Amino acid sequence: MTGSEPLVLVVEDEPQMRRFLRACLHSQGYRLVEAGTGAEAMLLATSHNPELVLLDLGLPDEDGVALTRRLREWSRVPIIVISARGREEDKVSALDAGADDYLTKPFGTSELMALMRVALRRAPTGEGIPPTLSFGTLRIDFSRREVTRNGQTVHLTPIEYKLLSLLAQNAGKVLTHRQILKDVWGPAQTNQAHYVRVHMAELRKKIEADPARPRLLITEPGVGYRLRDQPEG
Amino acid sequence: MTDSNGARPDPDALLRRVQAEEARERHTKLKIFFGFAPGVGKTYAMLESAQRLHAQGVDVVVGVIETHGRKETEAQLERLPLLPRKVVEYRGTQLEEFDLAQALARKPAVLLLDELAHTNAPGMQHPKRYQDVQELLEAGIEVHTTLNVQHVESLNDVVAQITQVRVRETVPDAILDRADEIELVDLPPDELLQRLREGKVYLREQAARAVDHFFQRGNLLALRELALRRTADRVDAEMQAYRLEHDIHGTWAAGERILVCVSPSPASARLARAARRMAAGLRAQWTAAYVEPIALAPLSEADRTRLDAHLQLVESLGGEVVRLTGDSISTALLAYARDKNVTRILVGKPTHPRLRDRLRGSLLDELVRGSGDIDVHVISGDEGKGPASAQPVKPREAFELRKLAWTTLLVAAATTAAFLVRGALALPDVVMLYLLVIMIVAVRFGRRPSLVAAALSVAGYDFFFVPPYYTFAISDARHMLTFAMMFGVGFVISSLTARIRQQEQNALDREARTASLYSFSRDLAAAPDEASAAKVVVEHAAKVFRSGAAVVLTAAQGSATQTASIGDVPADLAQDGVVRWVLEHGRPAGLGTDTLPGAPVLCVPLRSRAEVLGVLALTPADQRTLHQDEHEFLQAFSRQGSLAIERARFAEDAKAAALRARTEEMRSSLLSAVSHDLRTPLAAITGAATTLRDADGVALEQRSDLLQTICEEAERLERLLENLLDMTRVESGGLSVKRDWVPVEELIGSALTRLEGKLGSRVVETDLPTDLPLIGVDPVLFEQVFVNLFENAAKYTPEQTPIEVRARTSNAELVIEIADRGPGITPGDEERVFDKFYRGTHVGIGGVGLGLPICRGIVEAHGGSIRAENRREGGALFRISLPLASEAPTISRVLDSAASSGARS
Repeated sequence: MTGSEPLVLVVEDEPQMRRFLRACLHSQGYRLVEAGTGAEAMLLATSHNPELVLLDLGLPDEDGVALTRRLREWSRVPIIVISARGREEDKVSALDAGADDYLTKPFGTSELMALMRVALRRAPTGEGIPPTLSFGTLRIDFSRREVTRNGQTVHLTPIEYKLLSLLAQNAGKVLTHRQILKDVWGPAQTNQAHYVRVHMAELRKKIEADPARPRLLITEPGVGYRLRDQPEG
Repeated sequence: MTDSNGARPDPDALLRRVQAEEARERHTKLKIFFGFAPGVGKTYAMLESAQRLHAQGVDVVVGVIETHGRKETEAQLERLPLLPRKVVEYRGTQLEEFDLAQALARKPAVLLLDELAHTNAPGMQHPKRYQDVQELLEAGIEVHTTLNVQHVESLNDVVAQITQVRVRETVPDAILDRADEIELVDLPPDELLQRLREGKVYLREQAARAVDHFFQRGNLLALRELALRRTADRVDAEMQAYRLEHDIHGTWAAGERILVCVSPSPASARLARAARRMAAGLRAQWTAAYVEPIALAPLSEADRTRLDAHLQLVESLGGEVVRLTGDSISTALLAYARDKNVTRILVGKPTHPRLRDRLRGSLLDELVRGSGDIDVHVISGDEGKGPASAQPVKPREAFELRKLAWTTLLVAAATTAAFLVRGALALPDVVMLYLLVIMIVAVRFGRRPSLVAAALSVAGYDFFFVPPYYTFAISDARHMLTFAMMFGVGFVISSLTARIRQQEQNALDREARTASLYSFSRDLAAAPDEASAAKVVVEHAAKVFRSGAAVVLTAAQGSATQTASIGDVPADLAQDGVVRWVLEHGRPAGLGTDTLPGAPVLCVPLRSRAEVLGVLALTPADQRTLHQDEHEFLQAFSRQGSLAIERARFAEDAKAAALRARTEEMRSSLLSAVSHDLRTPLAAITGAATTLRDADGVALEQRSDLLQTICEEAERLERLLENLLDMTRVESGGLSVKRDWVPVEELIGSALTRLEGKLGSRVVETDLPTDLPLIGVDPVLFEQVFVNLFENAAKYTPEQTPIEVRARTSNAELVIEIADRGPGITPGDEERVFDKFYRGTHVGIGGVGLGLPICRGIVEAHGGSIRAENRREGGALFRISLPLASEAPTISRVLDSAASSGARS
C-alpha cells in the first residue's frame, strides 16, 4: 500500500449508488474521483491514474466489458466490476477481459472492503511469490511443493496441486473456469469447465473438513472459484 | 302515404335520406362534365375548371386527357401535372391506358379522367373506366370526368332509335346518380356542326363511319334535348331532396314501386331500361323479377347467358333483382307484387302467335285480371333488327340416334308381336299395345322420341292392321279418327311425362343444392376452429363448383395467410392481386366479375357484418365462368362459410379472454401477496432509519438494533425480489438453460455455503455415492433449486434437527432427496406446496410462497420432476428426478482424461 490514501475511480451512473460509495469509501479512508459515463471514466483514468477502479457494468453510453478491455490495453490498475444478479455471463466476460473481481448488487460495505483490500494488496507487488502460504490449518510450501493440513501432509495429484497453488496465489480473488483451465490445462482446453469442477471436488475432499460444506474453496455459481482469504472470518 | 299521416314524412324516405347524407360525408366528390355529343367542349370545360383549382393551390393531377391535337385544349393542360400512362401490349399494338395503381399511390386531391365510358384494354384491373373511377372515389380521390349522353345506360336505346347508331360503351345510371355535380356543357347544334366542318371535332374511326347518321341537325337537336332533360331531371331530383329535407310539403307521389318482369327474351333489356326511366320519372324504387317456372324445361346455355346479362343490366341500372319460382308466372309475380306493395308492373308486349295464348293461357291476360289496383304497363318488346337483337337460334336438343333406334325397334317389335297373333287380337287391342309403346318411349327417352313413336305407330297400324293391308291407303274413313286419336293420346302422354320428368329433375337439382348446403353447414358446425372451418369450406366448394378452391384468412395487422386449399390452386394466393383487392374492398373479383375479369381465379369475400374475414378463391376447371344462379349459390355458400369462420373467431377470442381473465386473477393475487411482503420490510426499514435520523438520544444498544433491522429487512426484500424475478423468468418461458456437466456435490456445496448463516445449528448430512455421474444442468439455476429447498427446510424445521441429502441413480435417472425432520407437510398439500403464493397452514413464517414453484419450474425446464411427500418417520421429503444423459461423463473418466491432457506442465 502506498503511504497516502489510495485513489479510487468510481464509474457509476446511478446517483444513489454514487452517494453510498462516496460515503463508504470516505469513511474507510479512500479518496475518490467519480465518472458517470464510460467516456468520462477513460478521461479520469488517464488524467488521475487511480489505484483502483470500481466499475458498474450497466453504463448508459458504453458496455462495461468493452471499457474493461480498453483500460486493460494500457493499465494494470485493479478493476472491480459491479453488476446485478442473473448477469453471470457479463461478469465472466468482464473477468475474462481483465477485471480482477466482481460484486453483485446489492452488496454490503464489508464485502466491498474485503475485495478492495485483496485487489490493492495484489496490485503493486504482483511478482515475487512468497515461499509459503497459510490458510487456517492449511499450509502450502511452494518451494517444496508440499501441502499440509493440521501438520499432516496431503497427497495431491499434479493437477490438484496446480489448481490449489493457482487459487492460493490469487487468494481472495475470483478465478473464472476459463482462467483456471488456461492456467492448469493449457489454452486448448478452455471449454471443458467440468474438468475444473471434477478436480475441484477431489481437491475439496482432500483439504476441506466437510467437502459438502466447503469453507475454503468457494464456488461462485456460474462464474468460477475463489479461495477464501480468511476461512473462518 | 295516406291522408291520416300525410304530414309525417315517410320513415323509409327519411332513413334513405340520412343514409345518403352519411354517404355524402363519407364519400368523395365525383363531378361529371356532361354533353350531348362529341366536340361540345367537355374536356376543355373540365380543364378550365381544373386550372382554376390549380391556381387555388388544389393538388390537381391529370389522369387521362384526350386532346386529339386540339390546340386550345392542349393549352389548358399547361402547368397541370400529368400522371404517366401505362403501356399495355394488346394483339401486337401498344395501347396507353390509365394507370390506376399509380393514381392510387399518388393520391392527388383531384384527378382528371376523360371519357368516363371508356373501355379499358383487356388485362387491366377493371374492364371499364367507370369502375376505375369507383375505386378512386373509394380511395378518397375526387374525380372529374366527362360523359356524353349517348353513353348513359338507360338512354342507350332511345339514342339508338334517334341516331340509328348503337353505342356499345355505356355507363350505368348508378354512376350518374352517384355524381355530386353534373355540369352540362352545352353548345348550339349549329355551332357544333360549324366546328365539325372546321375539323375541330375528333371522331373515332367507328364513329366517323356513322358520321352521316350522327351529326345530322335533327339528331343533334334530339340529343341535346335528351341531355338537357337528363340534367333537368337531376336538378328536379335535387329540388325534391331539398324540399324533403326542409319538410316542404307539396304534391309528391306516394311511395311508388315498380316491378318489371324479365326473361331470357331479348326484349327484356329494353324493358329494363324502360323501367329505369319510369322509375326515375316517378322517383320510385324498382325491382326486376325473373320467374323460374317449375314445370318448364331448364334454360338452354344461350338463354341462361342472356338472362344473366339482363339481370346484370338491371343491377347496373340501379334496380333490384329477385328470382321467383312458381307454377305460373302471373301468380308468382302478383304474389310478390302484393307482398311488396308494388304499384306498377311492367311487362313486354307479347310477340308470339295468339293461338299460344288460347292454348296455354296468356300471361298478360292473367296479370291484368289478377292485378287489382296495381297498374300494368305493357311495353313494346320489339328490339329492332340489329344483329345483336336477332333471336339466337335455340340450340336444338340433338336427336340422339341411339334413342331413335330404340324407339323404332320398340315400335317394330310391337308391330311384329301384334302381327303374329293378329288372329287373336281385336283392333282396339292393337291400338292399346301401340299406346303402351308410346308411353314407354315417353318415359324412357322423353318427348321427341315419343312423338316419333306415335308417328311410327300410326304408320305401322295403318300398314299392317287396317284394310287394305300392306298399303297406307285407308278404306274406311273411321280409321282416320283412330289415327288422330292415337297420335293425340301419344302427344298428351309424352307432354305429361316430359313435364313430370322435368319437375323431377328440378326437384332433384333443388334437393341436391339444399342437401349440399345442409351437409356443408353440418360439417361447418363440427369445425372447432378457424383453420378447420376453412378446410370444410374448400372441400365443399371444390365439390359443389367443380373447381380448385382455397381460403385465405386475414390475421392481425392486416396480414393474410392461405389457410386451406384443395385442387389446382396457386400456393401463394395470399399475395395474389385479386385476393388482396377482395380483402381490401370486400367485393367479389376475378374470373367473370367486374374487377380483373381476366384472372384465372374467382375470389369472393368471406365477411362478417363489420369486416372482411378472408377470401374464398375458386379456380374452376377450364376457367369456365359461373352462371348467375351459381353465383347466387356461391353467395349463400360464402355467407355460411363466413358465419362459421366468424363463430370460430369469436370462440378463439372468448378463449383468449378467459385466459386473460385468469392471468388477471393471478396478477391480483400476486399483487396482494407482493404488496404485503414488500411493505412489511419497507415499513421496518423506514421506521428504523427515521428513528436513527431524527432521535439523537438513542442508546447505543438500540442503535445497533435498529441498524441490524435495516440490514436484515433489506436482505429480505432482496430475496423477495430475486424470487419474483426468478418466478417471472420461469413463467414467461424466458428461462434459458445453459447446460454444463456438474458434479451434484458441487451444487449442494455451493448452495450450503450460500446459506451458511441461515441454517443455524442444523446439521446437513450428505450421502452421495462417489461414482455419481455428472449431471447436465445449468449450474446457476440448479444451485438455486438447492438453495430454495434448504431455505425451505430451514424455515419450517426447528433448530438442531438434521437435514439429509441423498442421491442415487436408478433407471437412467438421478434421484436426489432432501429430507428434514420437521413437522412435515399438511396431508393433502403435497401438490399444492408447488402452487404459487401457497404458504401452507403454518403460522408466523414469512415468505411469499414462491421458493418451491421456482424449484419446480427450473427442474421441469431441465426435463425432470420434483415431488413432495411426508416421511414415515416424520418430516418432509422433496424428491428430484432428473433424466441421466447416456453420454454423461463420470468422475473417474474425467479424472483420467483430464489428467492425461493436463499432464503437460
